[in-house]
This record gives sequence, C-alpha cells and structure tokens, in this order.
Amino acid sequence: MTRIVPLDTQTVADRLEGALPGSVEARTPNDIRVKLDRLVEVARFLKTTPGLDFDYLVSVTAVDYYPHFFELVYHLVSMQHHHSLVLKTRTPDRERVVVPSLVGVWRSAELQELEIYDLMGLVFAGHPELRRIFLWDEFRGHPLRKDYVEEIIPLPLPTEPAEPLG
Amino acid sequence: MTLETQPVVINFGPQHPSTHGVFRLVLTVDGEVVIDAKMVLGYLHRGVEKLAEEKTYVQNITFTDRLDYLSAMSNNFAYVQAVEKLAGIAVPERAEYIRVIMAELQRIASHLMAMGTFFQDAGGWGGPLMYMFRDREKVLDLFEMACGQRLTCNYMRPGGVSMDLPPEFIPELKKFIPAMRAYLDEYEELIAENEIFKIRTRGVGILPKELAIDAGASGPVLRASGVRWDLRKDDTYSIYDRFDFDIPTGTVGDCYDRFMVRLQECRQSLRIIEQAVRDIPGGPWVNPGVRGNVWAPPGEAYAHVEGPKGELGFYLVSDGGVGPYRFKIRSPSYINLTALKEMTVGYKVADAIVILGSIDIVMGEVDR
Amino acid sequence: MTVLDYLYDLSNLVQAFANWLSTFAPGWVVYWVVGLIAVATTLLFAVNNTLAMNYIERKVIAHFQVRYGPNRAGPYGLLQPVADAVKILLKEPIIPAVADRPVFLLAPIAAFVPAIMPWAVIPFTPQMMVADLNVGVLYVFAMGSLATIPIFMAGWSSRNKFALLGAMRAVAQMVSYEVPLVLSIVGVVISAGTLSLRGIVEAQAVPYVIPQFLGFLVFFVAGLGELNRSPLDILEAESEIVAGYHTEYSGFMFILYYIAEYTHLWAYSAFITTFFLAGWRGPLLPPYVWFVLKMLFVAFLLIWLRATMPRLRIDQLLSLAWKFLLPVALVNVFVTAVGVFIFG
Repeated sequence: MTRIVPLDTQTVADRLEGALPGSVEARTPNDIRVKLDRLVEVARFLKTTPGLDFDYLVSVTAVDYYPHFFELVYHLVSMQHHHSLVLKTRTPDRERVVVPSLVGVWRSAELQELEIYDLMGLVFAGHPELRRIFLWDEFRGHPLRKDYVEEIIPLPLPTEPAEPLG
Repeated sequence: MTLETQPVVINFGPQHPSTHGVFRLVLTVDGEVVIDAKMVLGYLHRGVEKLAEEKTYVQNITFTDRLDYLSAMSNNFAYVQAVEKLAGIAVPERAEYIRVIMAELQRIASHLMAMGTFFQDAGGWGGPLMYMFRDREKVLDLFEMACGQRLTCNYMRPGGVSMDLPPEFIPELKKFIPAMRAYLDEYEELIAENEIFKIRTRGVGILPKELAIDAGASGPVLRASGVRWDLRKDDTYSIYDRFDFDIPTGTVGDCYDRFMVRLQECRQSLRIIEQAVRDIPGGPWVNPGVRGNVWAPPGEAYAHVEGPKGELGFYLVSDGGVGPYRFKIRSPSYINLTALKEMTVGYKVADAIVILGSIDIVMGEVDR
Repeated sequence: MTVLDYLYDLSNLVQAFANWLSTFAPGWVVYWVVGLIAVATTLLFAVNNTLAMNYIERKVIAHFQVRYGPNRAGPYGLLQPVADAVKILLKEPIIPAVADRPVFLLAPIAAFVPAIMPWAVIPFTPQMMVADLNVGVLYVFAMGSLATIPIFMAGWSSRNKFALLGAMRAVAQMVSYEVPLVLSIVGVVISAGTLSLRGIVEAQAVPYVIPQFLGFLVFFVAGLGELNRSPLDILEAESEIVAGYHTEYSGFMFILYYIAEYTHLWAYSAFITTFFLAGWRGPLLPPYVWFVLKMLFVAFLLIWLRATMPRLRIDQLLSLAWKFLLPVALVNVFVTAVGVFIFG
C-alpha cells in the first residue's frame, strides 16, 4: 500500500530557512506559510531542490478569510518521492490583492490562477494572459468573495410609449 | 508570382457538433494548419463553488453529481471522502466495497462515452458510439437498481451510502462482468485495429511526459504520456489496497495512446469489480452514528480520487458550521486543458477536433 | 408479344405505344413524345431514388448501430423520407445577409443539374436508356467533374468560414480524385473497345470486376472521393466543419443539395454496375431488375463503409489519391493494354 506521505513541515521549514532566510512566515503540522513576496523563490526551491522535487502542482485555491485577508493554498506533490506539502501564503489585507504568479514554475497554475482571478479577484502579476475565464468581461465583482453582493440590474423600461388601447 | 495568404480565425463552438457541450475553441488557421488555439469557457458556469457555501455538507452531494454528469458516482466518492476526513467519520466495511464497485462501474461508463464520442470526432458515423451507449445503459441500469437514479445518483453519504444494495444487484452485476469483457474485446478489434483510425490518431496531439506533469495533467491523459501515476495505487484511498489490478500506461502520449489507456482501464475496472463482488461482506452500509447532516470542526481537508477524467479533488474549509466555508473543486477536465494549445498547434483542423476529443472533457466539470 | 414480354423489358411497352402513335401522328410528334417519356421516367427514377435511398440508408445504418431507425411515419417508417422532405420544403430558405446572393441562389441548381445529367446514358436494359452516346464514358466523366464548381460556388458565396473550408477541401479533393477515377476506367474501355455504355455491358461475358480488379478497386475508392462519401467525406465533415459547403443552406435549396448528393450516389452505383458488374446481364429475372439489384448491392457497400469507418484527414486523403490510386490505375492501364495487345 503506497500513500503520498505529507512531509514533516518542520524539516521543510528548516531547509527553506537555510536556503532562503526569512521566507517562512509560520508553520503548522499540516502546512507551511511563506511570505507573499518570496513565494516564487520558495516555489522554485521546492521544485528544483533534490530530495524535495515537487514536480506536480495539484491544486491552487484561494480562500477569503473575511474581513482579514485572502489565503492562497497550494497542494504540492512529488511524483518521484511520493510526498506532499501544503504551501500557503496570505495577502496583507483584502485591498492589496496583487500576488505573484507561479506559472513560470508550474504550468499547471495557469488555468487555476485564471479561475481565481475571475472568481476571487486576486491579480496574478506575471501571468501570461490574465482574463476572465468563466464570467463575461463586463461582469462586475468577484462572486467567491464573502462580501460579494449580487448586483441587481434593473429591468430597462420600454423606451417606446405603449400604444393607447382602443 | 506569390499569392498573398492570411490566417483565418475560426470559432469552434459553443454550438458545434464536436465540442462536447458548450466548449468554444478559437482556432487561427493557415489553410488547414492550426497556428493558434485559444479556449473560451464559462458557458456552463453555474457557480457551484459559491452555491455550495450556502448549503450543508449533505446537500452539497447533489451539486457534485452535476459537475461531471457522466461520472456522478466518482464525484460523490471524492466529496464524501473530503467530508469524512474533515469531520472524522468512519466508514463501515460494506459501504467501502459498495463505493468501490460503484466508482469502478462509473469509470467504465464514463470511458465508454469517452471512447465512443472520440470515434465520432474522428469521423466515424456513430456505430461504435451506439454500441457503447448500449453497454453504458447496462451500467446505468445497475445504478438505478442501487439508488433509483441513473445519471445524478446522489448515492454516497458521509459515513457510507444512502441505502443498501438490493438483493438482485449482485447477481446482475455478476452477469454484467463477462458480457462487458466480451464487448471490450470487440471494441478493440473494431476500433483500435481500424487502419484509418490508427493513422488518424497515431502521432497526433503528442503530450510529452515532462509537459504532462508540469501542466498538471492527470488521469488517462497523464498515463498515456507514460507516467505511471494512478491515485488508486499511488495514494491508496478507501480499500483499493485489497485489490489486484494493473495500471495501463501509454508510451508516446498521442491520441491513440489515450484511447488505448481508457480501453485497458475498463478491463482493470472489471477485475476490481470481480474481486469486490467476491469479497463484499455483510453488515451496515452506513455508519450508524451519522444521521442526517454532519457537523465538522473548524479546519480544512483535501481528499481526492482517481476519477475517470483524472484526479478529482475536493478542498473543504470548515468554520465549524453545518456547511463548508470554502468548497473548492480540483477538476481534472479543466486542468487537463492547460496544455491544449501546445497539443493542437501545428496540426490540422481535423486533428484539433480529435485532440480535444481525446482529452475527454465534460463541460459541467470544466465550467462548474 | 405477350404481357411477359412487355414486363421483361419495359421499353417494349414504349415501343408499342410509339407504334400505335405513328399510325396517325407525324414522325416528329412520335419522336418528341417518346423522348419526353424517356426523359421523364429517368428523371423521376433518379429523384425518387433520393427518397428510397434516404430510407434505405437510415434503416441500414440504424441496424448497424443497434437501433431501429425510422419506424413511426407509415408502415415500417416508409413515409419518413416523405415527411422529412415536406418538413424541409416548408422551411423558410434563409439567405445570409452578407452572402453573394446571385451565386448563392444559383449554386444549388448548378449542383442539381450535373447530378441528373449522367442518367441519360445509363443502360438499364439494352433498350431502356435515354440516349446511347458513342462517347458515353466521356460524357459521364464530363458531367461528374462539373459537380466541383457548384460546390465551390456554394462555399464561396456563403461567406461562412466553415463553408469556405469545405469548399477549399472540395476543390482539392475532387480535382485530385478525378485523375485516378478517369484512369481507372481506361482499362475497361481498352478491354471493351468502345466508349458506349451499352457496348461496355455487351462486351462483358465475364463481369469486368474479375479481369479488371485493380481498375475496380481504384474506381471504387476514387468514386468515394468524388462522391464525398465516408470515409472520404472531408468536405462536409460534420465533426469538424459542421456541414461544409452547405452550412448556410436551408429549405428547398438544401433539398436540392440533398437530391444531388443521393442522385450522385445512385449514379455511381449505376456506373459500377455498368462498368464492372455486367450491367443488366443475369439469368431469369428481367434485365432492369438485375440492374437495380446490383445497384442496391453497391449502395449497400457504401452504407456499410459509412457505418464502419472514421474519416481520413485531408493530407492523408490527397496522398491516397496521388501516391496510391494514381500509380495503381496507371499500372492497370499498362497491364490491360499489354494483355489486349497479346491476347486480344
């Protein structure tokens, strides 16, 4: 029976701190949270360092912790070593939403970042083609945000006067 | 004298015979050769992730049916696993077996549709597609027997399944296995040995191994590129460690390999079902501690299954309420499309259709 | 003459009628009346075959695909083609605003006429034919190659990208397949020593499918290409370019294409019957029955292919024509010529 073993976050955090000092923000037994501006470095380190070799980015998720910040969750897997890691990062608040794109590291992020941009409203700097993928271009707002209020578009009144009866 | 030529932009879809729903592919072609491909999505976007935040954990099972509507059982399976992980619910033995049987039957049904429509995309006039519909019908009949629904099954629950198998289910299933085996052999002769089919699909839409991994491809698309990665073996969930089965892989990563991987996977699924039917124990089909809805403590969980289309994952964040705070679907159809441009550029228009068919997307899952 | 004699060859009936007519009418009237009867009968046969072929094709394909096929309208669904024809005829013909109107309107008619013309020389029996041209083979291929132009007219005038792609493919395909098609029949002409279709049938003591097997093979495949039938139907490839050149056509204009397509198909079956399957020749049954039976057999082969095969890609299709069919046809011409020179 083979399983994908979650790596011990303490060891990974130590290695990260050793190679890229000051990149790790916090750590829990399940995940490592890194600084937003160091995200690309950390990602490249995790992908290329022998022994870690996270070659497969499974999923990218954005969670809206209203009213504090957005959190990005990256599920990483190494196909060679059968281990996994949950990498997280946070925006400073809900206003500054420009985050680095990881498309340069894993192509797999391309469509998932588009989805997050569309539905959560995080702007990925460095994404090759940032556009609304699901909703139409004129759509206002980002529905997955917790403070999203459905815009009520009033029914346009008939412009031509109705013909009088009789 | 030189003729002045200019590239033409062609819109394939959203209404087009072979876009598998409402997919729109904007192809720039130079004569017949594709020089650029861009996809436009969202025609079937229903905001499932948002809707699910308003509903309870059990109500959300219904939404998962409607993601990849050709493989509702697998979607149920992935979702209830995520909920169980989040809420810490144990699953009785019999329920695990039932789930595995259902998931594997669903894989067969989904692959039959994939192969049939793929042959149709290659220009076949529906013959094999109708044969596969006929066989898929038998799977759907089995589903109907078990849960009363054929497509949107809504069968699995956190802690088990919604109702026990009826007594006539297992005998019917035992009849189905050898019949399906014979049909699969027939399909291999009829389609995979067809010379025209071979020249249309061999060497077309090659997805190299490195790109497949980098682009996050999963399922048959990944395995056809020669990566032996199947979550049933590589991250054994449920009770898959008790069964003996192989993982078929391709060598080149072209459309033919993707087709053959699907065909072989059906055979392996039959093997799993055979063993599951042999070993299925009695007992409760649902954890008796779970009644109605479930409550989950604050936290997060990611669970995935090897669905027919690839790695289907659910990432749930709980705030301690009756429903998820964040409900994220890692949808294989969507992510498998990442490398579509690389796969189509340089091939002919006719190939672009075949390549799209070989990825096997279901728009309900792509757009969500 | 007994009733059986009349039934054995229907042209005897016309002959008798002409004899009776000439007792009181001048010669030119007889000529015109008999000519019109022949033309009208052939035309009706060709057009009504569309309905028959439609039904046969749907029914046969349905059974290939474990379905029933049409079975609601009329007994065994026999009226289904009629119902469909009425439905299509009642539909509004939509002309795209940007279309090149005169060409767009002319194209279906231009497609229909050359599909009907070859029927003039098809010998159902030694007598049952409108005209026994001494250059019948040449005439047939001349009419066949006319079919390319209306397809291109339709694709170009529609101003639809799918139609344009279909038209481009049509020209590439039909021009390529004309060459092996014509060459494949040269062997038959050499063996028979005549260009008249009646002469060719009369020369076939043994059906030419046996001595001219290579020629038959090339004619069969190249004919599929010329007809745009599956597996060589790239110009209306449904899964790729929707309906190809006739994407924008609807209503009666569409039905003209439909008739043209099926009439071509029947004509093709008739040519294979004439050139390779010894035409009307056969024991016991009346000659025209033999002819139609053989035609049906060829049509069945075509439907069978359609139900089984995926479609070739355009480059594969063209290389099949130029790299395989053409050399084989040339070899066949050479071998036949040498054979006739030595033994004939």
